[in-house]
Amino acid sequence: MALTTIFFLILSVVAIGTAIGTVASRHPVVSAMNLVLHFLMLAGLYLTLNAEFIAVLQILVYAGAIMVLVVFVILLLNLGKEDSLETGFTARKGVAMTFGAAFVIQILILFTSAGSFTHEITDKSVNVGQVKNLGYILFTKYLFPFEYIALLLLVAVVGALLLGKKKLFLERDLPEKSLK
Amino acid sequence: MSSEFILLLPLIIVGVMSVISILVDAINPNSKNSGYYLSIVSIVAVGGFALNNFYLNISGINLDGANLITSNMLSFGGFSAFFDLLFSIGALLIVLNARNYLDTVKTELNEFYNLVLYALAGMMVMAHSNHLLTLFIGIELMSITFYIMAGYFRFASQSVEASLKYFLLGAFSTGFLVYGMAMLYGSTGSMFFPEITVAIVSGSANNAYLMFGAALMIMGLSFKSSAFPFHQWAPDVYSGAPTVVTSFMSTAGKAAALSAFIIIAKTIIPMGFDPTGLESAVNTDKLITAIAAISALTMLVGNITALVQKNVKRMLAYSSVAHAGYMLMGIVANTAAGWSALMFYAVVYTFMQIGAFIIVGLLERDTDKNLEYDDYAGLSKRQPALAAIMALFMFSLAGIPPMAGFFGKYYLFMSVINTGHLWLALIAVVSSIISVVFYIGLIVKMYFTDSEDVEGESLPWNASRMLVFVTSAVVLIIGLNPGGMLSFIKSAL
Repeated sequence: MALTTIFFLILSVVAIGTAIGTVASRHPVVSAMNLVLHFLMLAGLYLTLNAEFIAVLQILVYAGAIMVLVVFVILLLNLGKEDSLETGFTARKGVAMTFGAAFVIQILILFTSAGSFTHEITDKSVNVGQVKNLGYILFTKYLFPFEYIALLLLVAVVGALLLGKKKLFLERDLPEKSLK
Repeated sequence: MSSEFILLLPLIIVGVMSVISILVDAINPNSKNSGYYLSIVSIVAVGGFALNNFYLNISGINLDGANLITSNMLSFGGFSAFFDLLFSIGALLIVLNARNYLDTVKTELNEFYNLVLYALAGMMVMAHSNHLLTLFIGIELMSITFYIMAGYFRFASQSVEASLKYFLLGAFSTGFLVYGMAMLYGSTGSMFFPEITVAIVSGSANNAYLMFGAALMIMGLSFKSSAFPFHQWAPDVYSGAPTVVTSFMSTAGKAAALSAFIIIAKTIIPMGFDPTGLESAVNTDKLITAIAAISALTMLVGNITALVQKNVKRMLAYSSVAHAGYMLMGIVANTAAGWSALMFYAVVYTFMQIGAFIIVGLLERDTDKNLEYDDYAGLSKRQPALAAIMALFMFSLAGIPPMAGFFGKYYLFMSVINTGHLWLALIAVVSSIISVVFYIGLIVKMYFTDSEDVEGESLPWNASRMLVFVTSAVVLIIGLNPGGMLSFIKSAL
């Protein structure tokens, strides 16, 4: 077994485990820490694909900056009892679990029976993930998607402002109908 | 100027103008009109250049292969030019209607018009996409804008609920879509749609992953076009969101999702491709049966659940699900006739649905009042003109013969019958008959039920009320001359 495969297996198992931990844990801080670990594992997975620059960005931006923000928000919010969020088992949950399990089994059968993908990454050189090459294709082949991604980020900013700003509709922000 | 630049102009204008209108708002925050007029100017410009591209395409200017700026990430055929035009018409109607509607609830902001531009940009990228990445960016740009717009009435709990519900379920469905894209790429080794088709036809694709990826993508796109069984979000979101936003999401947004559906169906189900003799090729025609089942169930579920609604906005939301089912029939046919029938229906549906929602918005009070069937009782006495036009829209939505909606359905039914899906056409006829009950039910309520409120308040003459006449005139004109409209659409394909 190639070393890359071993690394891939370790990283992906931990990544899936921490992802489940993020969703399943009742305590927000535990969730956040699981998420940090998950992002680190993803960065490792990028490394196995020769994408060093993306891996570094993943750690700096997601595991570093964004997670600090998340933890700060958890700190500032006055959290109540998380146990009260717990709900019992309902028929709806049972149906969802059945379908989810069926879906997972389908995927497992597919991956064990269909073998590997016919096509592999064409450019396997170690240079493929470097900043220079990345920048080059971003501004040549992927110029249009690159420009339009900017719009996508901008609309997210506008939306955050619109939904979060304190006084928006000057004559409208009445207390009677606002959400508590 | 290179000719590719001209073809790209609609996308450039909408992208640049959406940024400029934010900047203008930031520089001059006291201006109440800048967003409104800037968005009208840019949408008209987009529509004009799209129309220009449409005729450039008819006159035979073909630029595929020389796309230096976009390196083939986008396609510039008549198909995309047609949808650009349709989306800009939809956006223009929304902007013109939004001013009065938002003004009555004192919530007018320049950002609203700005968001319409972003959504328009996303839809246009979807209809232009020639690569999985551009398709994804288009879908996300449109969806994220809609999440925000659905929650625009942030003081009203039903609007916030709609936004959150749409966001959570939309993010979940995007997961399916991206997973499907990854499978398609892994199976065929390319993200360009023409190359994916070549890999499928030549049999060099890994068939198991191909079918899995295609199924996941159909799931994701079914969510975006609110098809069964991924339609659950639609009624809540459509009835919770501001009426003007609902009319945008359920017409232009749905047309955009279906344009992406056509592009994907064209790619993974090559027309007229017979895999017998090719040992390694897979018959993707099996997917047609799946889409046909989705289409049939969407029509039935949408119409049957609309039957029991007491709220007009909610009834229109459920019937919007059913109309997605009708339009999916064009994809089941998987022929040029089917696609042009879908495009015809998308045009007609845009006008009649937006028109009906403008009337709902005119009668609506305080974001969620005056929307019940009972509130429409005796409307013919209080607002004779509005009631008559609402009846016209209801006849058209139900598909009663002289109206445009009838011809839209007729072309769709013929396209599936000609490709051997008679059972689907029969189910569509049955569900159309079911839909007559609640559409005509509203007309009966308006004309033959008396209410204590005889006087009614007088509505001001504003742009929204003008638009009601414009949209109804368009529905009538298309209904009188459906052949002209259809040949216009067919020249695009």
